[in-house]
Amino acid sequence: MLILECPYCGVMADETDLHGGGEAHLKRFGPGSSDDEFETYLFHRKNPKGVHFERWRHVSGCGKWFHAARNTMTLEVYGTYPAQTTEPPKELVAKIKKKHPEWGGYE
Amino acid sequence: MSNAVSALQGASFDGYCKVEEAGLTGMIALRGDLSSAGVANAVKAVTGAAMPGQGEVTEGAKGRVGWMSPDELLLIVDHAEAPGIVEAATKSLGDAHSLVVNVSDARAVYRVKGAACREVIAKLTPADTSVMQPGMLRRTRIAQIPAAFYLEDDETAVLVCFRSVAQYAFDLLKDAAQPGGEIFK
Repeated sequence: MLILECPYCGVMADETDLHGGGEAHLKRFGPGSSDDEFETYLFHRKNPKGVHFERWRHVSGCGKWFHAARNTMTLEVYGTYPAQTTEPPKELVAKIKKKHPEWGGYE
Repeated sequence: MSNAVSALQGASFDGYCKVEEAGLTGMIALRGDLSSAGVANAVKAVTGAAMPGQGEVTEGAKGRVGWMSPDELLLIVDHAEAPGIVEAATKSLGDAHSLVVNVSDARAVYRVKGAACREVIAKLTPADTSVMQPGMLRRTRIAQIPAAFYLEDDETAVLVCFRSVAQYAFDLLKDAAQPGGEIFK
């Protein structure tokens, strides 16, 4: 069972309290973008084996969206952070890097 | 005015905890910037309660105030007084970006009384009820429906859910409080 700390409520919410929202930090390509960019935005996802940044919604709690960094292979959760950002916090990236030096980093 | 009735009109069940529908309860949803002085003043003025912190519920002379999310409060007050309180709070908030709505008749409220009230709720929710203390509020789910609960005292839990699922919630609580279903004897 996946348990994430909601950064807004401060409670440990389990998977059944949450709703997954897929990959985090996508950049939208809307009107005026090329077909290739639009296709990438709509369909191309990283789907890594290892460190992954995701969006989650505390659906039966505060109802807010937040971000989580976790490992898709070991299910280890590295941390959660509020959604008002376009990239993961530097401390969190540094923490994951320290743990997994082989990890290529965010991007 | 029409005769207001609560969802299950005070239905109750005696198990190893007593489960009862709380009857008419006034509830007001207040949304706004919770860190602003305007909201704190409005809440203080209408309920007498202090601003609750994250995951808390506070009590005042005229009602309780629960923290529902970073921008939402739940005011639990007398049912008949709720419309007046909405008016007073709206007036007090003035031009501040906010919303005050009387949701009394959209909700159902249950009391679970007994030493094992935490255990009865724990059977239905993923939340850790053992850490719950009076003064804390948790918004989560019971079985398949959203619900919030807090403790009035160590042996009384209050659970709030939507009125449309009132019967379902009562049946769940009844089942969880069935004699013979004790986990920690």
